[in-house]
Parts: sequence; C-alpha cells; structure tokens
Amino acid sequence: MQLSREALQRAYRQMKVIREFEERLHLEIQTGEIAGFTHLYCGQEAVAVGVCEHLGSEDKIVSTHRGHGHCLAKGCELNGMMAEIWGSREGLCKGKGGSMHIADIDKGMLGANGIVGAGAPIAVGAALSARIDGKGPDGFKVAIAFSGDGACNQGTTFEAMNMAVVTQAPCIFVFENNHYSEHTGVDYAVGTAKDIASRAEAFGMKVWRADGTDFFAVHDTMREVLAFVRAGGGPAAVEFDTERFFGHFEGDPQRYRGKGEIDRIRETRDCLKNFRASVTGAKLLTDADLDQIDRQVLASIDAAVVAARAADRPTPEDVLADVYIAY
Amino acid sequence: MAQMMYRDAVLSTIAEEMERDSNVVVLGEDVVGGMGTAGGPEAIGGIWSTSTGLFGKFGKDRVIDTPISESAIIGAAAGLALAGKRPIAELMFADFIGVSLDQIWNQTAKFRYMFGGKTKCPVVIRMAYGAGYNAAAQHSQSVHQILTGMPGLKVVMPSTPADVKGLLRTAIRDDDPVIFLEHKALYAMSGEVPDGPDHTIPFGHARLSRAGEDVTIISSGLLLGFCEAVADKLAAEGIGCDVIDLRTTSPLDEEAIIDSVEVTGRVVVVDEAPPRCGLAADICALIAARAFASLKAPPQAVTPPHTPIPFARELESAYLPSVDKIEAAVRHVLGWR
Repeated sequence: MQLSREALQRAYRQMKVIREFEERLHLEIQTGEIAGFTHLYCGQEAVAVGVCEHLGSEDKIVSTHRGHGHCLAKGCELNGMMAEIWGSREGLCKGKGGSMHIADIDKGMLGANGIVGAGAPIAVGAALSARIDGKGPDGFKVAIAFSGDGACNQGTTFEAMNMAVVTQAPCIFVFENNHYSEHTGVDYAVGTAKDIASRAEAFGMKVWRADGTDFFAVHDTMREVLAFVRAGGGPAAVEFDTERFFGHFEGDPQRYRGKGEIDRIRETRDCLKNFRASVTGAKLLTDADLDQIDRQVLASIDAAVVAARAADRPTPEDVLADVYIAY
Repeated sequence: MAQMMYRDAVLSTIAEEMERDSNVVVLGEDVVGGMGTAGGPEAIGGIWSTSTGLFGKFGKDRVIDTPISESAIIGAAAGLALAGKRPIAELMFADFIGVSLDQIWNQTAKFRYMFGGKTKCPVVIRMAYGAGYNAAAQHSQSVHQILTGMPGLKVVMPSTPADVKGLLRTAIRDDDPVIFLEHKALYAMSGEVPDGPDHTIPFGHARLSRAGEDVTIISSGLLLGFCEAVADKLAAEGIGCDVIDLRTTSPLDEEAIIDSVEVTGRVVVVDEAPPRCGLAADICALIAARAFASLKAPPQAVTPPHTPIPFARELESAYLPSVDKIEAAVRHVLGWR
C-alpha cells in the first residue's frame, strides 16, 4: 500500500527523532553528566516506528532495556523522556525510573524493562484485558511485546507465548534480532539456527519474518499481522532482522565486533539512509523535504537537552513518595 | 452473621467482588480445573475449592484458567492491572513464588514507584502457605518474611474466616499490589462472618484477640490459635495475656505492638517462618528500639529452626512452633528475674 506524503514524512520524522535522540545521548553520556546504564536503540528505528505507526493509544506495548525507540514511537513526549534520563523530577517518571524504566501508561506504553524477557508476560496480560473488552469497530485492541534475540531465550518468553496461544490473547510478539544478546552472538545463543520465529511457530502461532532495517517491509508486514490479530486470529509473532549500531550499553568496548562491521552496517543497513534513497528515488519526497525534517528534529533534540539540564532536580523527600497509593 | 469456613469466605468474597465490579478477574492454574479433559470445565474447580462455580457464573473472559506457568500468571496479572483490570491471581502454593519472583518483585511491586507514581497496580496474588500436612520442603513454607521485605507489596495473613472476608475485600478494592496468604490448615476452620457487602478491615490494624496486662504474645495465621490456647490456659492461673493478631505484616501495626508492650513489659513473638532476617526478629528489634525502657524481660521469638521443612510426621512436629513451645517461652519471660 502506498503511504501518503504526510505519512511518509511522519514516519521519517519519527525514525529521525529516535536516531538523533540516541546519537546525542551517546555524546552526552561521555561527559559523565548522565547517571546509570543506558542502552541505545540506534539502527533499529524502522522496527519501532514501522510497528507503532499502526497503533492507537488504546493499543499497548511493553518494551525492553533498549526502550527509547519504542517509547518515542509510541508517543512518549521527547522532553519528558530527556528529562527522565537526566534524572529530573520533571521527567516522565519524576526521575524515579531513568532510561530503563520509562513508561507512559496513558499513551499505552507499559514500560521499558530492566529485566530481559520480563515484558512478554505483561503484554499477554494487557492483551487479555483487550480480549475481555471485546472487539471494537476495528477489531480487538492489541498488546505488543518487544523482545530481542536475548529475551527469546528466557523461560518467561516461552511461558508467555504458550499462554497467549492457550488463551487466544490478541498479543503480538515482535522479536528484534540484532544479532547480539549483550556481548554474545546469535549464532551461539539461539539454538534454532538463528531462527527465532520458528520458536513462536512451534508454540502454535502464525509467524512472519521481515527485514527490520527496511521501514516499508516492517510497515507492510505489520499491516498484515495486525489485520490477523485484530480480527481475532489469535496471537502472532514477527521476527525482524535488524542491526545495533552501538554496544550493549554505553561504554561497551565492543571487542566482539568484526573488523569494519559497524562501518559496514552503518553504510548498507541504515534504515534512515535506505528510507531516503527509496522515497527520493520514487520521487515521493525530495532531499529538501527530508533535510528540513532533519533540521527540525535536531533543533527539538537540542531544546530537549537544554530543558532537561535546566529542569528541577528531585529532592530527598521525593525518595519516600509513590511507593504505595495508601499505606 | 453467617457461619462459614475460611475457604468459603475466600470464595464468597471473590464472587461478591466480581459481581460488584466487572473489572475484577481471576486467573491461575486449575482455577477452573478440568479444561481440556473428558470431565470438562469445572471438573475440579480449584484445588483449594476457592474458585468453585466462578467459571460457570462469570465465564471464560473473567475466570482465566492458565497453564502451569507461574511467571506468566503473575506477569499477565500485572499487565491486566496496567490495562485497567483488577486481577486476582492464584499461585496455588506459596512455595511457587520461587518460579515467579521476578514478576512479583521486580515488576508488580515496583511499577508505581519506578513510573513516578503515574500508575496503580491493583493486583491481588493469593497463595496457600504453611506446614502441617507433611507436604515437605517445597509445599509447606511460610513466605511472608520474604515478601514483607519487598517495598511496594502489602502482605496479608488472616487467621479467621471473618478476617478473610474483611481483609480480602479490602485487598481486592486496594489499588496497590497485595499478597494474600491463606493458611492451608485453616481452610476448614469455621467461624462467624459479618454479613453485608461493606464489611472491610483496613490494612495495618492489628486485632487484639485476648486482653491481659502481664505479657504480650504476637502472631498471625495458624499460630494465632496456638497463642490463644496458651493465653486461655494461663488465664486460669490468673495470668493475663495480650494476644495480638497482626493481620497484615506490611503495613505493620507498630502502635498496637508498642502500646501493649509498654503495659506488659514482657513479649513473645511467634512466627511460622524461619528465624533469620524474619518477622519475629524484625518485631523484636522494633520493640528494643521503641519500648526498651518498658521491658522487664528480653523479648523472645518462637520460630522453627533455620532448616528446610522436613517430611516425616515426627520431624515436622519437632520443626514447628507448638502450644507447648509457646507456653514455655511465655513462662520464660514471666519468670525473668
């Protein structure tokens, strides 16, 4: 299906926001200003955006430790996220969560997660809620569990896939295979010949596979997947083959990478470059259109960093707030 | 007032709350029972008979029979709660927290705080705990000391059918995650239960089940009854015991404990969980810090030894706190100096 000019601009803008958000964090982290662990999503933008462009706020997603892209794609506010990563009380989680725990329940973003594989059961619960609520005019609302090739080895993920099939929950397991679980290759750690989708298939789900660096492949695939699940076909799974441009965490020396590997994937497997080549080649958008978006995005990231730096810091009293609603 | 068994108080409260609020849903292993068998749905109806008939009444969307997947049960309950439902997850045996602890501890308990107070997580996790059935080391444990140590959770351990009714209703209506611990040996206990849909018992309010001025005995769950037996025996000798039923270990009614000890100056804490880093030690430390000047004897703890729970009848009996052991501890503090 041919996307409108507006939809193409929006998709590119969303991917570019994620890219520049992460590239900027990569620089800022080196100054020591940002506390804690940060895991960057650069390289995988086409997956988050290609999936979330199909979703409404009543559809839910559950994310991972590498969650900034999913959050931004699902509509979390840029300044609130930047402020959260800066540990400000003006952050989306008031500085209580940080990079690994960004959530915005009202937007249907049920949390990034510091525990690999913990998200899939939570997504099944959100999908069961959608099943209870029943079909609307567009079918069931859905819940999406984003998982990596690391999480596909966790028992929680297996339990969740089986339970989704048994309960026919409108849940979609999106596996982003970026070829590395932390510092270990998929060739070693995934026993099913690097193939994650076949595992979901073995649990009784319909599965799809696509190139996760190609926005159009992701978007087209997800249109089919969502039509199937929203109609009541049961849970489904998709494996996207993608690339991680940075290390597992910021500061990772990445000695496990092949010689020239990062230069090569940045050259040939960059979803933004490929998107630009595709839409300008087909004369759907011009370089000038995209350059303008680039400038706007960079300005918005600059503004978010300035705002995060100036935002209120939490106080010692805030430690005690929000453990319980009433205790 | 109706006469009712502890297990029936669980079941009737769940049914009443499901009737009252369509967001209340139940999930767990065999909560329907018999799914996929010749016997058909409800051939069992839950191994504790605490979900019997719910499936027929409320249907498959609200009574969700799950595979044996404890992590996914708790995770799904958390996801249901984040999406606006009020799930009651049954974990069957409390010992199974071992396979689902991440979802209890790192997920459900922490969402509200980690997300800056912008969500609630109204999950009730029910589980049967406790020894007395020779069920050995993996089906007999008291786990409240582990869960009480986790910020974000509330922990409830009722000792009577009436308290099941009032505390479970509070748990289901509470917007925070609640661990609801049901003692296996109490399921068949019968007692008076207040009528009416609004009988609730607030968390953090202990119950004084016996009143006296000579010694304070603190407990909850099955052992509360053992403490009452000791108090009744000593009452015949003219010795008065305050017997405090904690009802909830998180929140803990510190004031009820301190107020009593300030009068009696002598205290025995009785707990079914292992002694190290446990509830009894926690309460003794609280008393030492806040009521030191009132103490007439060192606080005593009666707990099992620091061992796994043994199987054989003689061994389990030797392991567990008993009426005799509690009585000996009470006489020890009474006879100090």
